[in-house]
Amino acid sequence: MTPNPAESVPKIRLRGVRKRFGSNVVLDGIDLDVATGESLVVIGGSGSGKSVLLKCILGLLRPDSGSIEIDGEETVGLSGRARDRVNAHIGMLFQGAALFDSLPVWENVAFGLIQGRRAGRAEARARALACLKQVGLRPSVAELYPAELSGGMQKRVGLARAIAAQPDIVFFDEPTTGLDPIMADVINDLIVATTRDLGATALSITHDMASATKIGDRIAMLYKGRLIWVGGAQEVFDSGNAHVDQFVRGRAEGPITDEADAG
Amino acid sequence: MNFLAIVGRVFLAFVLQVGRFAMFTGRAVSHIVRPPFYPRLIARQMVEIGYYSLPVVGLTTLFSGMVLALQSHTGFARFSAEGAVATVVVISLTRELGPVLAGLMVAGRIGAAMAAEIGTMRVTEQIDALSTLSTNPFKYLVAPRLIAGITMLPLLVLVGDIIGVFGGYLIGTTKLDFNPATYIARTVEFLETIDVVSGLVKAAVFGFVIALMGCYHGYHSRGGAQGVGAATTNAVVSASILILILNYVITELFFAQ
Ligand SMILES: Nc1ncnc2c1ncn2[C@@H]1O[C@H](COP(=O)(O)OP(=O)(O)OP(=O)(O)O)[C@@H](O)[C@H]1O
Ligand SMILES: [Mg+2]
Repeated sequence: MTPNPAESVPKIRLRGVRKRFGSNVVLDGIDLDVATGESLVVIGGSGSGKSVLLKCILGLLRPDSGSIEIDGEETVGLSGRARDRVNAHIGMLFQGAALFDSLPVWENVAFGLIQGRRAGRAEARARALACLKQVGLRPSVAELYPAELSGGMQKRVGLARAIAAQPDIVFFDEPTTGLDPIMADVINDLIVATTRDLGATALSITHDMASATKIGDRIAMLYKGRLIWVGGAQEVFDSGNAHVDQFVRGRAEGPITDEADAG
Repeated sequence: MNFLAIVGRVFLAFVLQVGRFAMFTGRAVSHIVRPPFYPRLIARQMVEIGYYSLPVVGLTTLFSGMVLALQSHTGFARFSAEGAVATVVVISLTRELGPVLAGLMVAGRIGAAMAAEIGTMRVTEQIDALSTLSTNPFKYLVAPRLIAGITMLPLLVLVGDIIGVFGGYLIGTTKLDFNPATYIARTVEFLETIDVVSGLVKAAVFGFVIALMGCYHGYHSRGGAQGVGAATTNAVVSASILILILNYVITELFFAQ
């Protein structure tokens, strides 16, 4: 919404993105710019379409209309090699980690290197171990299978996988949900540290305000299919917007009702 | 008016489903023939389908061969044609029972496993994760299974045919007083190449159908454990029905007139 004047082409640029499932309008005209190196956090209620927004950008879902540009290149409708080329620059931490449960941890982390970049297994393994260390996991974890890990460890492995191929864009879908507050803060720190080390542009999703203010430079709020507020991470607590106010303070009374949230 | 609308909606849903299936099949086949290939994954699926199905298929065909010998002996005795037992056993097995029974058993074993595995990967977003890691799910998940299905089912059926004939031989020589040498001579005497070849062609087609149904239903499963369960059932049922229908069609193509 407020394009960075220093950066003529935003890293990610959305215009009029709409997506509906049957009669359920999930995204109703999203306009968004994320500048290179910036960390933007999208907040919003459960079921407001945050994950759908990320999946549209990744090309996992096709928006009904609108434009999504990455590095100035239109990506809506790309498929096959062209889509792979775009996605090779993107790392994604899924809401449920989405680790491949048929592969040991290190192969999960090295997956993008082995399959996407055709790296040798030994080289990929070394890189995977380095990434695991970066997210604070012992090398012995590398041989375990995802089912043998706790939720917090799975998130860490997911994070390691997201950054293994050194992407310049990273998406985090609810990185701290389901973790205890200390582990959540550890993950937040890891996200800040790893994206800073990579110099990557980050787009995160959360409904955890502590996480949002910690990892975000800017915050956008998604409500009823639109971004109703975008501003600096520090301004979110005095946004002057009744919806944002209700959300960040977690109050039951306010303009956001149960029904609207579900819809 | 209302009635017409319902009919129209059902028809449209059906056309949509058929179109989706046709597109899935087209994509899957196109990825079988285009590189990159995943030899490790193909090998793993081949072991899963070929090697681990051997006991099931072997037992099924063994007892089928045995019962065929017994049944045809008592049945054919009514018109004094007991001598045809060995021929009946080998032709029934190679043309029909080998491929159909192996197909149905493997559909239950492998079709279900594929649908469950791919379905779980779908609902836990592992398939989405594949795409974001620049790996095509069709190449990585579907193509290896199809290749393994097409190649391993004929091998399984070939082994099954041999075990089934052996079952007939066991009964023929121990219970029915056939001379072993005569039984074997009778077995090969009237057997033609086309009997075996048509059975192996059927097996390849069934292998394709089983893997395709497992992958298709798994790939399109929705909504958690329940969705995966439904996908598994659908994969087995649709593969079994298609096997029986295609069995007729292929038989007609080979042997009609
Ligand atoms: N594949 C799909 N098919 C149909 N409807 C879908 C699909 N994916 C999402 N939806 C619908 O889109 C809406 C938004 O879902 P989404 O997963 O984006 O929510 P979210 O904001 O990420 O919520 P949460 O915070 O709980 O993860 C929901 O109403 C959901 O039912
Ligand atoms: Mg979500």
